[in-house]
Amino acid sequence: MLTYTIRRLVLAIPTLMFISLVIFLLLELAPGDPMAQVPLTVPPEVKERMREALGLGEPLHVRFVKWLYQFFVIEPAVFIDTMFGTDWAEGQQRVISWQTRSPVMEIVVQRLPQTLTVVGLAYLVGVLIALPIGIYSAYKQYSVFDQAGTFISMVGFSVPPFFSGVLVIVIFSVQLGWLPSIYDTTLTVNSWETFWQQVRQMVMPVMVLALQTTAQISRFMRASMLDNLNQDYVRTARAKGLSEATVVLIHVLRNSMIPVITVIALGVPAIFGGAIITEQVFKVNGIGQLLITAIEANDLPMVHTLTFIFAVLIVTFNLIADVLYGVLDPRIRYD
Amino acid sequence: MTEGNESRVTAVTSAMVTEPLTDPVPSAPPRSQWVDVWAQFRHHRGAFAGLIVFMTIILGVFLGPLLYAQDAQYVPTGRDFLRLKDMRPAYMLLWDSGVKAEWAHPLGTDNIGRDTLARLMQGGQVSITVGLAAMLLSLFLGTLIGTMAGYFRKLDGPLMRLTDLFLALPLLPLLLVTVLLFREPLKQAFGPEGGIFVLIVFIVGVTSWMQTARIVRGDVLALKEREFVLAAQSIGTRSGKMVIRHILPNVLSPIMVSATLGIATAIITESALSFLGFGFPPDFPTWGRLLNDAVDRMTLFPERAIFPGVLISLTVLSVNYMGDGLRDALDPRIRGR
Amino acid sequence: MTLRTLLLGATATFALAGTAFAEGHEGERGRDGNVSIIYWQAPSILNPFLSGGTKDIESSSLVLEPLARYDEAGNLVPWLVDEVPTVANGGVSEDLTTITWKISEGLVWSDGTPLTSADVKFTAEYCMHPEGGCAQGAFFDGVETVEAVDDLTVKVTFNQPKPNPYGPFVGGQSPILQAAQFSDCLGARAPECTEANFNPIGTGPFKVVEFKPNDVITFEANENFREEGKPAFQTVTFKGGGDAAAAGRSVLETGEFDYAWNLQLAPDVIASMEAAGKGVAIAGFGPLVERIEMNLTNPSPDLPPETRATVAEPHPFLSDPVVREALSMAIDRELLVEVGYGKAGKPTCDLVPVPDNYAAQNTGCFAQDIAGASAMLDEAGIVDTDGDGIREKDGVPLEILYQTSTNAVRQDFQALIKQWWSEIGVETELRNVSGSVFFGGDPGSPDTFQKFYADVEMYANTFNGTDPQQYLAQYRCGNEPKPSSQWQGENINRFCEEEYDALIDELARTGDIEKRGEIAKKMNNMLTVDSWTIVPLVHRGRVSAHSLDLGGVVLNTWDSELWNVADWYRKKGS
Repeated sequence: MLTYTIRRLVLAIPTLMFISLVIFLLLELAPGDPMAQVPLTVPPEVKERMREALGLGEPLHVRFVKWLYQFFVIEPAVFIDTMFGTDWAEGQQRVISWQTRSPVMEIVVQRLPQTLTVVGLAYLVGVLIALPIGIYSAYKQYSVFDQAGTFISMVGFSVPPFFSGVLVIVIFSVQLGWLPSIYDTTLTVNSWETFWQQVRQMVMPVMVLALQTTAQISRFMRASMLDNLNQDYVRTARAKGLSEATVVLIHVLRNSMIPVITVIALGVPAIFGGAIITEQVFKVNGIGQLLITAIEANDLPMVHTLTFIFAVLIVTFNLIADVLYGVLDPRIRYD
Repeated sequence: MTEGNESRVTAVTSAMVTEPLTDPVPSAPPRSQWVDVWAQFRHHRGAFAGLIVFMTIILGVFLGPLLYAQDAQYVPTGRDFLRLKDMRPAYMLLWDSGVKAEWAHPLGTDNIGRDTLARLMQGGQVSITVGLAAMLLSLFLGTLIGTMAGYFRKLDGPLMRLTDLFLALPLLPLLLVTVLLFREPLKQAFGPEGGIFVLIVFIVGVTSWMQTARIVRGDVLALKEREFVLAAQSIGTRSGKMVIRHILPNVLSPIMVSATLGIATAIITESALSFLGFGFPPDFPTWGRLLNDAVDRMTLFPERAIFPGVLISLTVLSVNYMGDGLRDALDPRIRGR
Repeated sequence: MTLRTLLLGATATFALAGTAFAEGHEGERGRDGNVSIIYWQAPSILNPFLSGGTKDIESSSLVLEPLARYDEAGNLVPWLVDEVPTVANGGVSEDLTTITWKISEGLVWSDGTPLTSADVKFTAEYCMHPEGGCAQGAFFDGVETVEAVDDLTVKVTFNQPKPNPYGPFVGGQSPILQAAQFSDCLGARAPECTEANFNPIGTGPFKVVEFKPNDVITFEANENFREEGKPAFQTVTFKGGGDAAAAGRSVLETGEFDYAWNLQLAPDVIASMEAAGKGVAIAGFGPLVERIEMNLTNPSPDLPPETRATVAEPHPFLSDPVVREALSMAIDRELLVEVGYGKAGKPTCDLVPVPDNYAAQNTGCFAQDIAGASAMLDEAGIVDTDGDGIREKDGVPLEILYQTSTNAVRQDFQALIKQWWSEIGVETELRNVSGSVFFGGDPGSPDTFQKFYADVEMYANTFNGTDPQQYLAQYRCGNEPKPSSQWQGENINRFCEEEYDALIDELARTGDIEKRGEIAKKMNNMLTVDSWTIVPLVHRGRVSAHSLDLGGVVLNTWDSELWNVADWYRKKGS
């Protein structure tokens, strides 16, 4: 397994390079223009000069290599500089966003806290609720609990966040006036009062997001448990006189985890990617909102950088999932 | 099969007792596997209810317009406009006679006077067709790639890196490029609406197979080390047969879950596409679009959001229960119990 | 009217100062705590010269100020100067080639250093640098030199007579930057100055505390602001992002925010939000007109890309003025206003709806006349020959592809107009395109409004300030988007008339304000009521909303909406 992991890690580098190139070409090919949000009153000659100032006049390969150099050489150097106070990256051009004319990574770092707290917490809550629901639903298949769980999760998954988000705002902010409808990103938590404020503004986005996660993961958990509960080894284990809890929570659960681990691992990079619609609805303004505004403004360096970081996380977490398969089921071999 | 077996066994034993050398004669004709599956499916209460609901919705949206002759795209003009717009559902007349409603428009009209029931029916045709077709395409791709990668070690690396690539591609620019490249050729090949339909099914299918592929592959990796697979291998079963007879039936349940979730995703994604301007023309109603259009007026006209929302949920729920029933029916260990 | 009053020498002076005092809200600076503003488009940068976006210009207008700006009626008012230069007061030379600004005495930047003519001169250098890609370059068009005559006097010389010399340093789009802060940021180095671009030093009532790009800005009162006791608010929270409905809700329904910008929502939606009683919606009118543009060239996909939608291929039926007029007659503009804009819209037949001096004020198109339109087409021999309900002209059926950007109100308009056109025997296919593609100029995309691969398209356009000269000059022959110009160009309809071109040149030469108005009206009519090349639909206003206890708000559509934020205050006892 160790050699496999190392081999995969080494292989990841060309894979990511290739992904990066495909993303770059895709963005280039996609119709769109960084001048789309400039008012129509600005004449075309001025827009043309603005495009040139963004470096759009240079040929494709030059811009790609430039991005590679900035992302893989200068950005790490800047990181080291801030960590250790060196000045390696002094005076070097970093990856610059076209919208804000400022380094992309600085904005990403600025956005991470709210994305991680809101989207990350929602994911954690969603997974923690989903697993027990899935297990119990399978164990008591077609019980009232199972039927209710199926109903709620299916309705929850069918109603998109652009609707459910606004619905909870209308109920809890407009009608009842309990929760704020707009997330305050400038809030710093330094007292019980501000902590309470933070909790209140996180309730709705976390709720909406967790519903989707729970619905999805609990369905996979249930299906997988059902598959295993009827296997011969379960009968054997029970016949051996193992307690029901041990049979279900150790033997069956362990064997049912493979699809669930896959789904969970696929969801983790999405936390970083943010929840585009939910962030927009609640004005959380995290990475998801950053990505969508960058795409709308055709801010290619920003989109390229964000999607590339996203790709790194996808490759990493899929590798982690593959390694976990081997841990869960030692019969799985890759070599 | 169970029933047949039992009778056959009785026949054999009784034959053995009386006349040892006669051939056993089956008392019942042999039944195909699918008849058994159907019998099992029929007795699954949830599945059967799901099937009925699903068929009702299908019949409603496809045959409904024949009975209910209102044009979903007709906008009243002139003096009629003010009279016909913003109508509430007619059943509200039952408890509030002052409400602006008419039995001629049983579910009311929208803000420019288009009939809601007609729009729901026309929208359903598109949403269900797109949802099912895109879900099937995505399942087909996901299952194919997942089993290939899981079963054949040589393909695992390349196929899973391809999956990583697709997972990493930003959706919106991908859509823009696909539309740019394929809209005109498809329009020429399938006509304006057919072209858009093919394009949407293709886009949704191609951008949503990855999760299924990863899940199927994970299960296949574990399955192919199980004893029954080794046993089948040892008697010389060919790979293709092996995958279809032994592997696939055992990864059916996650595929069914993916199918259920996939249909919901496809219906919603379709509506997202039309806002971006890649989908059907803007006056072409679909459930997702109706739901989205209703958001701004949610407090004034809640029914405009409730109807499409309930229909999407019902469709997804019914598919879910049918999937449950089908999975149980296809599982030889459960079948017959 | 604006130009006339100014050029004839009515001295508009301190008209603006002290209006708030008169109402009795005086007090010390910062007495009213925090005010919160929400823009559903989030500001990306606080330097309006590097981004043309309205969100960026308006958010930076709390900090950066021009020498003079427009008030809510479109009149030019002095801002950092004592009086607006005119010919009468000697500020503008008789031959209209120079304008001399005299900065008010004693003005300081928020860091305490004095505002001088060097800063003004520097601002011109900054924007006119060839490598800077300045978004407001059009304001500096024709500027030959900018000289600092003395510490407080700046003289701008143009390369030809400028009947309207109020381009540079006028209005929210071209404010004054501090020379000391931006001196290292000229040309190609402009994007490197993140700190300066995010935190510009200005003369305005507020200064930036923290700027989170595309998210939120925190401002605090500028202690060096020129007017005592202003601003009333100590801090400003400027939140961005989301959508118009959410912004409206946060002001009108939940009361979390005090001011919401540009609520592009259907009137019944706004009315239902207002019913919650937390705030009011306010509307103001600039020259913004929602219109249908007719494509005079053939956009058929069967044509090769070199000639598709270019002047080489005239449109099979839209090149006939009778068809265009019939299409316009079939539209009920009053109904469109009622459905889409309510009090924030008026029906119009003009491309230039305001100011009064330039507005032709045609009203002939207001009444819908479907029967008349049909009769006109019948008379012209454009009738349904094959019985499919669609008319044909020379064998070509009147089938129209009608595109616009994605926007709920626009899609309602499309559906309504499609219905009306179907009643005169014209079949319409609708298409909506995402705004970021439609309004972008990517020559590779088939869906941009410039490329116009459709028969008709709908959008809104306007002009800066109060003079439509540039705006009308867009429809010059040869200024159309075409393959050789990478599909850039402003003559979207591919309109071409020698007589019109002659009028463009005449307008550019004419200084007399009455005469200018006459020419402009004539040009307006040539494009609209005479030829229906452009079919104006709605004169659109701007709707914003503020909470009931926010006082001093004056909605201004000619300049930044936040132009008078220094006068805002919190109403007591409400």
